[in-house]
Amino acid sequence: MAAGRFSSLFRRAATVPWSSIAGEAFDRVVLVAKTVCFVHVINNYVCSIALVRGPSMLPTINITGDIVAVERISPRWSLIAVGDIVLLRSPENPMKIVTKRVLGLEGDTVTFLVDPAKGFSSKTVLVPKGHVWVQGDNIYESRDSRQFGPVPYGLIQGRAFCRVWPPESFGSIG
Amino acid sequence: MGTLNSLWLLTRKSVTGALFGITVSDRYLTVSPVRGNSMHPTFASSSTTFPGYLKGDLVLIERFCLHDFKFSHGDVVIFQSPSNHKQIYVKRLIALPGEWIRVSSDMLKIPDGHSWVEGDNSSSSLDSRYFGPIPLGLIRGRVTHVIWPPQRVGKVERKMKPGRIYQD
Repeated sequence: MAAGRFSSLFRRAATVPWSSIAGEAFDRVVLVAKTVCFVHVINNYVCSIALVRGPSMLPTINITGDIVAVERISPRWSLIAVGDIVLLRSPENPMKIVTKRVLGLEGDTVTFLVDPAKGFSSKTVLVPKGHVWVQGDNIYESRDSRQFGPVPYGLIQGRAFCRVWPPESFGSIG
Repeated sequence: MGTLNSLWLLTRKSVTGALFGITVSDRYLTVSPVRGNSMHPTFASSSTTFPGYLKGDLVLIERFCLHDFKFSHGDVVIFQSPSNHKQIYVKRLIALPGEWIRVSSDMLKIPDGHSWVEGDNSSSSLDSRYFGPIPLGLIRGRVTHVIWPPQRVGKVERKMKPGRIYQD
């Protein structure tokens, strides 16, 4: 009885077109892999979007979070200029990406307030070779080059150039 | 019409192949030649001209470590130079964040998110003794194997000289 049931199962399994199913599955996998590769290259070499939040870039970027478009071309070709908003890997925690404004390139001198909440004592520094000086727009609540010093250019991941969300404030930022 | 069609097909195939190659080399594994002699004797150097190019070591670099930035003492890593982002250096990780390291006669604490890197050939190596601790975010991969020339093929070992670092 049981043997008969198994043999009928085998007979039915033999009628299933395995090779065409495998072929189709392979095609699907290739298609997914192609899409992933395409997205990776566009994301890393051309343009991507990022959610930016936190108080450090007020009033340019809202505290609750804006979605911005980030282009990856200018950091690669050393086209970052003073005044650009950049995304960079935090020198204090490599897993964290922070958004700041570039205030000085290599060779520039930057003057900044040491502690804006307490007084007007200021400091002037020379940005060393291959580094940039980054600061948040909200100088009262931002952890930036004033604490950890100039950051190497290699940490810059991209330049934010356009706000995508919320839609009513769509437009270029910088 | 037929040649145009096949040309189009060839272009599409090569573009797909390039995209695939770039993705794998960015995210998983890549191969790179080593120049300069700062890592002697771990790697042999090559000159930049063509015949000498083939004499140096080719190494295999894995990028999985970049997903969590977890490294061990003695790993050989590649990183972007802090003073010129277009230059990639290969050095050995000596100390990790929060540790103390003896530099000549001073003790130095590695700040958060930074690391201390040095070449194996300390007499001709431009490393942390010159530019200080580097942010971990500059690291671009970990060297695992030498894959060329055939007589030098092998795993790159973790090596640590004892007595240089101290933990709190």
